[in-house]
Formats: sequence, structure tokens, C-alpha cells
Amino acid sequence: MRAGGPSAYLPPMIPDPAPPAEPLALYVHWPFCAAKCPYCDFNSHVAPRVDHEGWRRALVAEIARMRAETGPRPLSSVFFGGGTPSLMEPETVEAVLEAARAAWGFRNDVEITMEANPASADAGRFRAYAAAGVGRLSLGVQALDDRALRALGRLHGADEARAALRLAREVFGRVSLDLIYARQDQTPEAWAAELAEALRLADGHLSLYALTIEDGTAFGARWRAGRLRGLPDEDRAVALWEVTQRLTEAAGLPAYEISNHARPGEESRHNLTYWRGGDWVGIGPGAHGRLTLGGRRWATEAVRAPGAWLAAVAGRGSGEAAREALPPREAAEERLMMGLRLAEGVEEAALGPLGDLEARLGPLEAEGLLVREGGRLRATERGRPLLDALLRAILA
Amino acid sequence: MTDPARIRNFSIVAHIDHGKSTLADRLIQATGTVADRDMKDQILDSMEIERERGITIKANTVRLDYRAKDGQDYVLNLIDTPGHVDFAYEVSRSMRAVEGSLLVVDASQGVEAQTLANVYQAIDAGHEIVPVLNKIDLPAADPDRVRAQIEDVIGLDASDAVLISAKSGLGIPDVLEAIVHRLPPPRGDRDAPLKAMLVDSWYDPYLGVVVMIRVMDGVVRKGDRIRMMATGAVYGIDKLAVLRPQMKDIAELGPGEIGVFTASIKQVRDTRVGDTITHERRGTDTPLPGFKPAQPVVFCGLFPVDAAQFEDLRDAIEKLALNDASFSYEMETSAALGFGFRCGFLGLLHLEVIRDRLEREYDLDLITTAPSVVYHLHMKDGTMRDLHNPADMPDLTLVDHIEEPRIKATILVPDEYLGDVLKLCQDRRGIQLNLTYAGSRAMVEYDLPLNEVVFDFYDRLKSVTKGYASFDYQITGYRQDNLVKMQILVNGEPVDALSMMVHRDRAETRGRAMVEKLKELIPRHMFQIPIQAAIGGKVIARETLSALRKDVTAKCYGGDATRKRKLLEKQKAGKKRMRQFGKVDIPQEAFISALKMDG
Repeated sequence: MRAGGPSAYLPPMIPDPAPPAEPLALYVHWPFCAAKCPYCDFNSHVAPRVDHEGWRRALVAEIARMRAETGPRPLSSVFFGGGTPSLMEPETVEAVLEAARAAWGFRNDVEITMEANPASADAGRFRAYAAAGVGRLSLGVQALDDRALRALGRLHGADEARAALRLAREVFGRVSLDLIYARQDQTPEAWAAELAEALRLADGHLSLYALTIEDGTAFGARWRAGRLRGLPDEDRAVALWEVTQRLTEAAGLPAYEISNHARPGEESRHNLTYWRGGDWVGIGPGAHGRLTLGGRRWATEAVRAPGAWLAAVAGRGSGEAAREALPPREAAEERLMMGLRLAEGVEEAALGPLGDLEARLGPLEAEGLLVREGGRLRATERGRPLLDALLRAILA
Repeated sequence: MTDPARIRNFSIVAHIDHGKSTLADRLIQATGTVADRDMKDQILDSMEIERERGITIKANTVRLDYRAKDGQDYVLNLIDTPGHVDFAYEVSRSMRAVEGSLLVVDASQGVEAQTLANVYQAIDAGHEIVPVLNKIDLPAADPDRVRAQIEDVIGLDASDAVLISAKSGLGIPDVLEAIVHRLPPPRGDRDAPLKAMLVDSWYDPYLGVVVMIRVMDGVVRKGDRIRMMATGAVYGIDKLAVLRPQMKDIAELGPGEIGVFTASIKQVRDTRVGDTITHERRGTDTPLPGFKPAQPVVFCGLFPVDAAQFEDLRDAIEKLALNDASFSYEMETSAALGFGFRCGFLGLLHLEVIRDRLEREYDLDLITTAPSVVYHLHMKDGTMRDLHNPADMPDLTLVDHIEEPRIKATILVPDEYLGDVLKLCQDRRGIQLNLTYAGSRAMVEYDLPLNEVVFDFYDRLKSVTKGYASFDYQITGYRQDNLVKMQILVNGEPVDALSMMVHRDRAETRGRAMVEKLKELIPRHMFQIPIQAAIGGKVIARETLSALRKDVTAKCYGGDATRKRKLLEKQKAGKKRMRQFGKVDIPQEAFISALKMDG
């Protein structure tokens, strides 16, 4: 407040400069795979022939549609996921990135990631993807053991994976690799050896997923039929989790999220957007998005089946299947569910709509599963492997 | 009014799948009582739960008009009776209302043990019994063997058993002729003061309470002022009718006739099965023998899972009670479960039926606490009080001794299962009273504590005898024994809804069984949970539910947020079916499942 009120002597008021637009992330879903993996419940499909030209046009059209909604906001990251995006023609990647840059513009430090399979055919396109603008590759190695790779239904071998990784490190500025552990008959010792090799090959980021048997997958059906043997019991699952934490910490790549490990500074900025409750646009079949528009948080979801999505974009000019304004309580629940996955936790200020949580949080804190400090709530080392149970205790 | 010589009153005694309901349907059809187009299978089992469980809970009746081959017109009254021990008293009253029974036996399966209890009830009631062999058109039918078995096991002459197939209608005319010619007509004095037995009563939303009676002596007419002898209440008869099976008005009912009336009676509980109805003026002084007021013998707490449903539960219980005099209730408060009702039942089946009806017809989710019998507490000051709920057990220093109800159980069982039955009765603190054989069947009588029977005795008996045993009991009185209150502590907190009275010698076994069962029923938590059974301050059994150590979703990215949120909604719904005790969530099923023992 200026003392004395407006005065003719003073220069006219200059409005404050517009606050810098909140950055935005872009997720692009490529739904096709060369083969469906038996553990995978993602929206992925095996198609004999893909109309690359048509898909290119549709993805570009969706970017234009979303730009009209978001207004000008710089992109902090782009992520090509799938499916198997390393089956995309490099021209498509280039067209999408060009359209995104034209629509929103990139921040200087934009992170552009692509998921890729280590199969040699895919690796053959690495340089072209890099030339199109991809700066970070997330390689689906899954295992460094041929037998395990066959059991997981993967089309590549361990040596092929090692070669792809070497090539990727030459071509891309940043490389991450995915491994699946807690596999059939896997001992903590064998996993320690495999993880040690992965840490030697890694570049600064690892995603280490405990194998999860999902309904609606080939593994799910076999498990129900009692024909998926050798999966770890809880004791072994805990031992495998502990080996994972110990080795990655010793190598300087501690978990920054439940299943993601990085050298500090090498975290996936795109994925952090999800866990930190930022805004992202999701395009492609089945892609979800979250956008804060006019003070409300919107959840969007695209048509799931690839053919139907393509037809929707071409026919009615939108691939969107549903959108919903999340009530503040649900938005806050989502913040908590996502935020507690991070080692840094979640700002307590974001949890206001959940009401007074003291009765729920107090006992969990006393139990040593949660801590509150510096205005943040986070799961402890003991709490993190129990996160789903913790979330039930807080929210259900 | 019908000449008693032209009336035949009968019931049908049969094992559960031997075709009782199908035969009843055929008789209704063959006499043209219900037009074919209105027939639906098993027309007499009217309640949904009865149909589902294949049991009859309420007595049902139908009046059939039949022109016999001798050219005479007859009135046939069929009373379909309940067949479960919980309703043994109701069965005995229905049996006293008729003069004969059809004993229906499956011609391939033969006599089953469960038939016996009911046939003996019929014999006790002095019935003439006509054996009927059903399903004779099946390839496996062996009428000669089954006839011999009926003679051997039951001691009935089966040489002129009627051979039928209720399903195809074969032999149905012969059944009707046998009813007319082989069953005796009712007797009664038309000029004597009115004496009618109250066989059953129920609530009809349009008519109010409907009372079914069998007239023994005298005549009752529409408009009469009548008195219920047990309650002393006086009513004016508004409507008098017979059931065909819908109500059809009739001017009067004389000796031997069965019908229903309404009399502006507000609640079913104002009517007592077995009571004698007479005229207000110039009535009889001597009631019919055998009347017993309904006495709940099993008590349990019913609580809404969602505390907000308490008022709905109250409404539902009040409505159900209007239609069931044998069920009692009073409000109860539990430290763990909040507000609910302490309810009394005739037995465990009755309890389950009422609970099912509350849940289904009134859309409630309920927690049922440990069933308990009524104990007599003899206090040091010389007074005696009833204990319906173990949670109300007073300080032991004030109690001199405790008595528990005992029963005389009669069990009929094929002799190959006898050993298992004896073991079961011994394990339940039984004292053998008698053991006799009839053919290849044994009849054992045991003196048993009722509290050992109410939980799962009938289930266990059926399971150890593969369903071939029948069981009946009557309460014989109270006896002192070494009884203690056993508490269950979950994570150090006593769960009042699980505390129970047990015999001291059986406490360890029961306590062990309970804590082991609870260990399976309670989901693991993020901390370890001791589960203990204790008497006073002394722990007699303990299990530890280990802590959950790993439960985390491996992959959770942008597209998974919605899915996680939906899963959370399901988990919230699941949590509503749990009750929190201290830090521990206990699923509602645990309260009843924990009580079912395997041994």
C-alpha cells in the first residue's frame, strides 16, 4: 500500500509483469509393440502394419488441439512412452517435436526422453532419434540374463542389451535403464550380482521394478492357474528390496522414488512432474493428462483402443474420451499418493483439502513409518516398502 | 361349516429333497385349487429365504376341495410344517392340528435319518401315517427295498405304500384317495364351548395380524368375541377365511376345520403359538395341553457396520419383530461396536434367518457378536440374575456360582457314524443317557450344555455324519458348572464383542481355536499384533500376527494416478466393513467366523 493514496504527482501505475507461466510436460503414447510381454498391462498392441503417416498427422493434430486449451506455457519435458516408441519412424518423432516446439516452445533445459527396446533393429534408429531431438533414452533392458529374458518374453538377449546400452551412451546425452527383479527363482545373491553389473553399465539413472503380477496379463492368468512358480515370498521380496537399496546407495544412485534411482541431478524431470503434481498434456491412445485451468485441476483421458483413437482424432478432431474436474479432495489424495513415492515427500500445504490428518498420521509417525519435517511429509526407509499400506491407513 | 366326517387334515413328512414341496404342488393342481396358469413351483414356500435354503420356516397351509371316487366331496387341509429343531415347538403344534401324515420317501434313496425326527413327531401326535414312495419312475428306484426299510427302521407297515412320481404326476389320484380312506376324520363336539388351537400367525401389510387356527370343539363365526387364554386378551373377529392358498372368506368354522382370522390385532407378538382360543362369554375353562410361551434360548448382539445405520437397524428390527413373536430385542451399547441390539432367538438357524432378512430385506450390513445362552448368576447376596451377554458379567467376587442351561438331545444316526457322533457329544461335555438301535440306525440321547450346541453343533453333526443324522433337543433345566468368562485381546485391547462364557476345562481349547482363527481372519497390519485369549488377567492362548513388510506398487506414473485413486475408493468401501479396535482393523466376518470351531 502506498501511503497517501493515488496522486497526480506519481507516475501511472505499471502492472506487475505477468507471473512466469507454469511449465508443462508432454507425454506422447505410441501403443504398438513387436510382441506383447507376458507381465505387461500397459496399453500396448501388436499390429501387423501401422499407417505411420496417419499416426503422425493425428499426434500433431492433438498437439494443436491441446495448445489451444493450455495457452502459451513452455515445455519442460517431452516423453515418448508406450508400447514401444523405438518402433516409431524417426520422421514421426521429429514431426511431433517440431509441432510441440512450435506450439509451446521448449525451455532451455528441456528434457526429451524416449523409451526404447535394446533389440538391434531399434538400436539402428538411435542416431536418427537423437538427430530429431531426443536427448535421453530409457532402455528397457529388464534383465542381464538370457534365461530370465526369455522367461519375461523379451525378444532381445543380454549381450544385445549390453551393446544397445553402449551405443545409447555414445549417442544420447543421458541414458537410463530398466530392470525387473523379484523374478522367478531369483536369489538375493544373483540379483546383487546382476544389479552390480547394471550399475557399472549405467549412466546415472536406473529404474528397478519388482515384478508385479497384474490381472489381464499372460502372467496373471498363469498365476491364477497356479502355474507361475518360484515367485518370491515376502521374506525374499524384502531381501531383494533391501539389496536394491543398499547397492544403489553405495554406487551413489539412491532411490529418489520407490523404483527410480539416480545420481543427484540425473532424476527424470518428466516423471517428477507426475509425482510432484505438476501439469502435463497426454496425447496418444489411452494417455492421461492433468491440467490446472481456471483454478481447477482437470484429468483427461484419451480413447484407449489405437484404431478408435485414430478415428476419433480424424473424425471429430479430438482423441479425448473423458475429462473430469477433480474435486479438491481427490486432487489432494492424488498429490499424496504420488508425492509420498518420492524420497523428498510431499508439501503438507498441498494436503489441506484432506482435512485434519493428525489422528491418522500421528500413529504412523510414532511407528517410525512417516516423518514430518520442514513442512513436508515423507515415508521413512521402513515406510517406503509399505507405501500402499500407509496410503490405505491415511486415506481409506 | 363342513361335516367333520368329510374333513381330512394332514401334513407331509419328508427328507429335504424327497419331493415334499413338489407333491404339495401336485395336490393343489390335481384338486383344481389353483389354476394351472397360476402355478409356480413350490407355491407354499413363500419367503425368499425359505426357497433359497429349501427349508420351511413358517407353517403354511392350504385347503383343498376333493370329490372322491365314492362320489362324496371332501375338504382336505394340508399344513406344511417347518422341519428344523429351532422350530421344534412350532412343528409339534402343527402336528397336533392334524390327524394324519404322508411320509414321503424317495424310492431310490430310501429313508434318511432326517426323516426320522419328524416322523416320530407325527407318531407322538398320534397320527395315522400313509407311506408314499416318490420318484418311482427313476431307473434307480427300488420300492421293495425301501418298503422293507420303512418297516425295519420306523416300524410302519409299508405294504400298501402309495407309489408316485410327484414330478410327472403319476399316482397323485391314489394319494388323494389314500388321504380320504386311510386317514381318520377329525373328532370334535360342535355343541361344546369353543376350543381352537392357535397354529401360527403372521403379519400381513394389508390385513394386520393373521391368525391360523384349528377348531377342536365348538364353532367360531365372523363377528364373534374371542379370548386368547394364555394372554387373556379379547378380540372381535373381523374376517374369517380359509386358505386356498389365497384367503377366501367363510361364515364359520366348526370342529376339525382349519382357517384364519383377523381381529385388529396389532402385533404378532400378541399371539402365541399353541394358545387356546375360546369365546369371551361361555368359553371353555380348560385350555388345550402343551402350550409353551416362546422362549429365546440364544442371544447375540447385532450392530450396524456403519454406525450411521443404527436408526435403520432399529426400524428394521421393530418391523421384523411385528411378524415374529419368538424373537426378542433390546438396545445394547458396546465399547467396540457402538450402538446395536441384543437379540434373542429360538436357535442358531433362527438367528441366521433373522440376520439374513435384516441384511437383505432392509439392506443393512451387520456385525453379529458371539451367540450366548442365558446363564443364571447366583450372587453372594443370595439373589439370582440372568446373564444374556458375557460383557455384562459382574465382578467375580460378587458371584457365588453360575448355572447353565442343559438340553436332552436325541440323535438318530446310521450306525457307521455312531462313533463320530459319540465323540462329538463327549467333546461337547455331553453325558450319555441312552443308546438303542432300530435296524441299522442308532438312537442316542445325551445330556448336553446348550452353550456347546448353539455355536456349530448342528453343522458339525451334519459334517461328521455326511448329513445322515437327525437331531432334536429340548431344554431340561439349569445346572451349576465351572464356568468362566473368556476375553479376547487384540493388540492388548479387549474386544468385548468376542468375549464368551466357557467351561474352565474347555477354555484352553476354545481360546486356542479362537486366536488361531482370528490370526487368519485379521489382515496383516504394518506392525505385529498379539492376539490373546485370557481369563481374568491370565493369558491362556496367544498367537502373533506378523507385521506386513512389503506392500508397494512398483510402477506408478502419470497414467496410473487415476487407477490408484479408483482403487482407493474400493479400499474405502472395504474399510467400512471393518471395525477399529485401538489401531487394529477387524473385518466384520471375523466376529462370527471366529466362533466356528473345527473340532
